Amino acid sequence: MTSGDLIIEAKDLTRTFGSFTAVDHITFDVHRGEVFGFLGANGAGKTTAIRMLIGLLAPTSGHATVAGFDIARESEKVKQAIGYMSQKFSLYEDLTVRENAALYGGIYGLTDVQIRERTEEMLQRLKFEHAANERVRAIPLGWRQKLAFSVSLLHRPPVVFLDEPTGGVDPITRRQFWELIYETAQGGTTVLVTTHYMDEAEYCDRVSIMVSGRIDALGTPSELKSEYGVGSIEDLFVRLARPAESAGSK
Amino acid sequence: MRSLFGLLRKEALHIIRDKRTLTVLLLLPVIQVVIFGYAIRTDVDNVRLAVVDPAPDEMTLRLRSRFTAAAVFRTVAVLPNEAPLERLFQKGAAQAALIIEPRFAEHLARGIPARILIITDATDPNTGSTIQGYAERVVQQFEREVRANAGVLQIVPQARLRFNPTAESKNLFVPGLMAFILTIISSLMTAITITREKETGTMETLLVSPLRPWQIIVGKVAPYLALGFISIVGVLLEARLIFRVPIRGSLVLLLAEGLLFILVSLALGVLISARTSNQRVAMLGALVGTMLPTMILSGFIFPIESMPAVLRYLSNIIPARWFVVIARGIMLKGIGLGYLWQETAILVFMALFLLVVSTRSFSERLE
Amino acid sequence: MSEVPVRVERLVKRFGETVAVNEVSFSVEQGELFGFIGPDGAGKTTIFRTLATLLIPDSGSATVLGKDVVKDLWDIRPRLGYMAGRFSLYPDLSVEENVRFYASVFGTTIAAEYERIKPIYSQLEPFKHRRAGALSGGMKQKLALSCALVHRPELLLLDEPTTGVDAVSRREFWDLLAQLKAGGLTIVVSTPYMDEADRCDRVALIAGGKILATDTPTAITRSFDRPLLSVRAADRYRALLALRGFEHTHTVFPFGEVLHYTDKRSDRNAAAIAREVGEFMAGKGFDADVKPIPASIEDTFMERLA
Repeated sequence: MTSGDLIIEAKDLTRTFGSFTAVDHITFDVHRGEVFGFLGANGAGKTTAIRMLIGLLAPTSGHATVAGFDIARESEKVKQAIGYMSQKFSLYEDLTVRENAALYGGIYGLTDVQIRERTEEMLQRLKFEHAANERVRAIPLGWRQKLAFSVSLLHRPPVVFLDEPTGGVDPITRRQFWELIYETAQGGTTVLVTTHYMDEAEYCDRVSIMVSGRIDALGTPSELKSEYGVGSIEDLFVRLARPAESAGSK
Repeated sequence: MRSLFGLLRKEALHIIRDKRTLTVLLLLPVIQVVIFGYAIRTDVDNVRLAVVDPAPDEMTLRLRSRFTAAAVFRTVAVLPNEAPLERLFQKGAAQAALIIEPRFAEHLARGIPARILIITDATDPNTGSTIQGYAERVVQQFEREVRANAGVLQIVPQARLRFNPTAESKNLFVPGLMAFILTIISSLMTAITITREKETGTMETLLVSPLRPWQIIVGKVAPYLALGFISIVGVLLEARLIFRVPIRGSLVLLLAEGLLFILVSLALGVLISARTSNQRVAMLGALVGTMLPTMILSGFIFPIESMPAVLRYLSNIIPARWFVVIARGIMLKGIGLGYLWQETAILVFMALFLLVVSTRSFSERLE
Repeated sequence: MSEVPVRVERLVKRFGETVAVNEVSFSVEQGELFGFIGPDGAGKTTIFRTLATLLIPDSGSATVLGKDVVKDLWDIRPRLGYMAGRFSLYPDLSVEENVRFYASVFGTTIAAEYERIKPIYSQLEPFKHRRAGALSGGMKQKLALSCALVHRPELLLLDEPTTGVDAVSRREFWDLLAQLKAGGLTIVVSTPYMDEADRCDRVALIAGGKILATDTPTAITRSFDRPLLSVRAADRYRALLALRGFEHTHTVFPFGEVLHYTDKRSDRNAAAIAREVGEFMAGKGFDADVKPIPASIEDTFMERLA
């Protein structure tokens, strides 16, 4: 799992919007090949933190490197080095799977040969060759998410960010998706995942829980559970998030 | 009725809070009238005139001074012969040329036709013919002067253009422009506000309530009626104060007709949005379904009388076409309902028809 | 009120080629908290919209509060509280303005209904002037609930009110629903979260337009007809792959900290299987803790789905 290689390093990473502090001096590392769960209530600052890490938003203070690139000064290099997939948007519905793969491959600078080879390899691995020329719109949600995940890996990035990738998907497909995540991590790719399914938090090597912009818990699921004396990550989450929740604002 | 008031209040809050759209709505008509009004002027003045006068004398000088006296022409070159003219025209230094024949005064005195040639740059045929017209009038006036001095009595018919004595195009334009702007705003805004609710999903909840479709429509339309009214007032103020377009008839009638016209446009907007739940499609529909026809077929820029028959018939279904007639009538002719009742009736009919049809097509369900 | 709040018989609804709802039948009793559990695309929203009189069935029938959804829609609408997630709020209006608007649409006012919505609305009151768009996910839920309740509906239809919201807010929301049910309100809710099924009186498991099971949560889990084992081992992924290689494995899936295992054979009891699996895993080098467990709603759902 861990090889001592740090793929993500964040130190005192902070982001403010006017007088509101969305991300408040967070510090954490992610090792190569780790599956890292990035948890937190809506409005706790997760989305802002991730946007900074993938090079979309500049930090107000503090710094972080992703795949060795500084997110503030080398954001373009960061974008090239990562894969990203979110629940809200994965693949273009009007295009076929192959066309989507060609599009993303092209954006990330793959040659036509590489795109072709890797697309075929991906389709075979997922056993999806039969429908590769269907418009994405006609493909069931569960398959879309799996395909989108694979497409985000076409350019073999060292780290991939998944933003609630299994939202709304049926329980079997959800688990198949997580098997894909495990496979990917075994191959050396680092995976940073956010999710609202607390059982998925247990699948991660380590998790962090953000509350009101700060990281309030960081460690392996078992470490955290025994430290806080709770039986599940969900209970831990409830205990940490509840005091902030009563303030009820973003 | 309480539910209707609740709806009206909500719409008012939306409009007031959406500062950007509000600014655009209120300022746009004003800005557009100014821009259009000044830019699309087909009046001409300060026409650059090159004079070719090979044998200047008292007569030719008098003729030349008549041209410049009107302040319509401005002499930019006086030439002894025609040779440099071509280049002046090509450079654009001259828009018109007055070429006087060498024995002008002599021929005049002897009663032989004295010839002058007026050349106009007609790359823009409209301006070209206007300039031509001006030039001819100057010459006619000069001719009358010369004749009068010679003591020959003649009856010279006076031509004066009634209602628009200076034939200033802006007087014709501004009423049409009003119609154009109000059409866009009313149809566009209604289409947008309805489809926006559909897109965000709140329309679903409105539908499930006891609100009937007609109530939803009234709730949506009424605030924009008010907004459109404010726009009319703004445009009229501008027309009056900046462009000095007269309002010779009843202001109250004009405002009432304006409101009627806005109602028709709003109903059109509702109809467009009833069939789509996509804001962009609705906007496109409003622009293509209202702006283009209004621009081309309402008589605002292109006179209806000069259109081929097909288009003339087509223009009858464009609401703006009738409003332009009404507005011009009230503003320029000072006539009232007595003369305009037919056009008004047509607008009333259109409003009722569109409101009924749009209410019918506004489904009480999602499909 | 003697009529059944909801009765649906063999409902079918198509959109073009897709059959979104495929012969669905169920009913909801007075005062029940009824849940529709299933993933996206299962047909939940289509069913809810049909009940809310927004869609017309292609075949089959649906009655709400004793009235037909097609013919009597204007009788149903004033008595129904319907919220489609949190998208029924106006983000540029304040909390109070949203509630006041929905109250007015149904011909009432906040003041008139205050006592009834107080348990929920009081949590919002400190923020009543805040724009709805600026609220957190949990607060938006509560606002949507207040707006749905303000006009005293006899039936509450909530379509995925907890989707995309964090675990804490979801718990609190269900606490609120329990309170409302205690007051006698009939509530029908849909959710993709399996664990929320346990908070309902009865649930319908739904996927692909068809209902997989309708019953109380307990009865559904009891209907799970195979022995179910939990396997706890250190390297979960490797353990998973190893177990897949076991000749008698029917299914093995990750479930939080452990793996859930079902067997192909129907003739062994759970304890025996547990021993066998334990030995197999030991043979593969895993120090695995294997024991039989009762099935959860999620286990049952997955079994029915497969």
